[in-house]
Amino acid sequence: MKFLFDRDTRRRWFDVIMSGATLLCVALALLPLGSILFEALVRGAPALTPTFLTQSSLMGGIANAIQGTVILIGLTALVALPVGILTGIYLSEYGKHRLGGIVRLFVDVMTQTPSIVVGIFAYSFIFELSLLGFFPPPLVFSVISAVIALATIMIPIVARTSEEALRLVPTSAREAALALGIPRYRTILRVVLPSCASALVTGALLGIARVGGETAPLIMTAAWNNDFFNGLDQPIAALPTQVYRFAVGPSLAENRAAWGASLILVLLMLSISIASRAVIRLRAVRR
Amino acid sequence: MDKISAWYGPKLAIQDISLDFEEHSVSGIIGPSGCGKSTLIRCLNRMHETIPKAKVEGQVLLDGQDIYDQPAVSVRRRIGMVFQKPNPFPTMSIYDNVAAGLRLNGVRERKKLDVAVLESLKQAALWDEVKDSLDKSGSSLSGGQQQRLCIARALAVRPEVLLMDEPCSALDPIATAKIEDLIFDLKKDYTLVIVTHNMQQAARVAETTAFMYLGKLIEVGRTRELFERPREALTESYITGRFG
Repeated sequence: MKFLFDRDTRRRWFDVIMSGATLLCVALALLPLGSILFEALVRGAPALTPTFLTQSSLMGGIANAIQGTVILIGLTALVALPVGILTGIYLSEYGKHRLGGIVRLFVDVMTQTPSIVVGIFAYSFIFELSLLGFFPPPLVFSVISAVIALATIMIPIVARTSEEALRLVPTSAREAALALGIPRYRTILRVVLPSCASALVTGALLGIARVGGETAPLIMTAAWNNDFFNGLDQPIAALPTQVYRFAVGPSLAENRAAWGASLILVLLMLSISIASRAVIRLRAVRR
Repeated sequence: MDKISAWYGPKLAIQDISLDFEEHSVSGIIGPSGCGKSTLIRCLNRMHETIPKAKVEGQVLLDGQDIYDQPAVSVRRRIGMVFQKPNPFPTMSIYDNVAAGLRLNGVRERKKLDVAVLESLKQAALWDEVKDSLDKSGSSLSGGQQQRLCIARALAVRPEVLLMDEPCSALDPIATAKIEDLIFDLKKDYTLVIVTHNMQQAARVAETTAFMYLGKLIEVGRTRELFERPREALTESYITGRFG
């Protein structure tokens, strides 16, 4: 009996139990993810007919929503990526004093702001400006105000992830470049940024994924549109808002369409992620 | 250098140090860890000031002119540096590593770069080992090769002075011997200042040696004299291994 309880045996059992527990936790964490994909696939796939994918929501399709989401993501990234990455560079390379700390605090608070609040902000911001006569009133529900709302969400995410990415680049790499008489800005652009390119892309993807799935701020800014994109000053359809509208719709066909639209949204995010990783890998190989 | 003092925030790291470095010779700086050797050498090409809150006072004269009156980037082009740990740029190939200093300072002509890369790698005694793999990543080399790559990278911008901050402390004895041979060759064309806590190394490569302790310069002289007939008691107890 004694050997059962000696120290080594106890340790071995403890090791087995803890390893099992970590595996179990991984499984638990993956379960919702797996079931979302599974459900979306099983329930959404039947909805994916050629008409569903090519017609606007006026005809019961989601083509206009796909187009809307792509446009919104594209424009938001165009605004938020430069601003976010530059903020990240400032925080990591220059923001070592009090101003940097204040900016970092603001960025952190902004990252945690509920998106509905951002939606209300963008909505009232445009609304007030149009009251002051800067914009015509219909601009409140438009691509422009949606991009303002989404960029407000995306900038802090990109800023924070780029800061972390830049910080991972060792000081020795910066010193090596500086000691060669390379000016600081060029050291950052040509040595530091390339060293963390893949981490920067990951941050950008996180931001895009977050923005692509946002619904609440879009309800208050992009509103909806049953037609395809018809101007930056017009409301625009998007996949998340379309899912919402289909899901609360009365008919079974609409509910099925909601699953179909969800599936497309998930697939869209997945393909953006895979595509940009492929680009990074191609660049690395070329070097 | 004349009356150099340097601080990290409020902490005084080196105090009132004046030293001359001879042209085309190797000057060694020895002393126990934390005595300010690295800080001293980093004051010589204005790298000290890249650390937040760091401060320097005094003059460093190169050809009669104070480097602290000149733009830091051009000073660093004339006074190159090799660090303790080999630090090739991880995203660049061997060729790009050596060419980096020129390229990022605006040299574009391929021919010029090719020549500079070839000459620097030859000078750093690395050419024969890497000539067929110039497009491989710099970090794929061994530690000793990486350090020679860093030396080639520093030489490519054609500095007048080369500072080496414990260039062999991360290397094995064979790689160390190679770097020491290299130092011997380089002094024909360059003025070298080498920081080391390895006293045998200073004795092997340096013509003059300075001994530092607790941020102060204790003694400086011809290497042989300093090791065989030290004037200061502190120097003697350090080189005989009684502390440090």
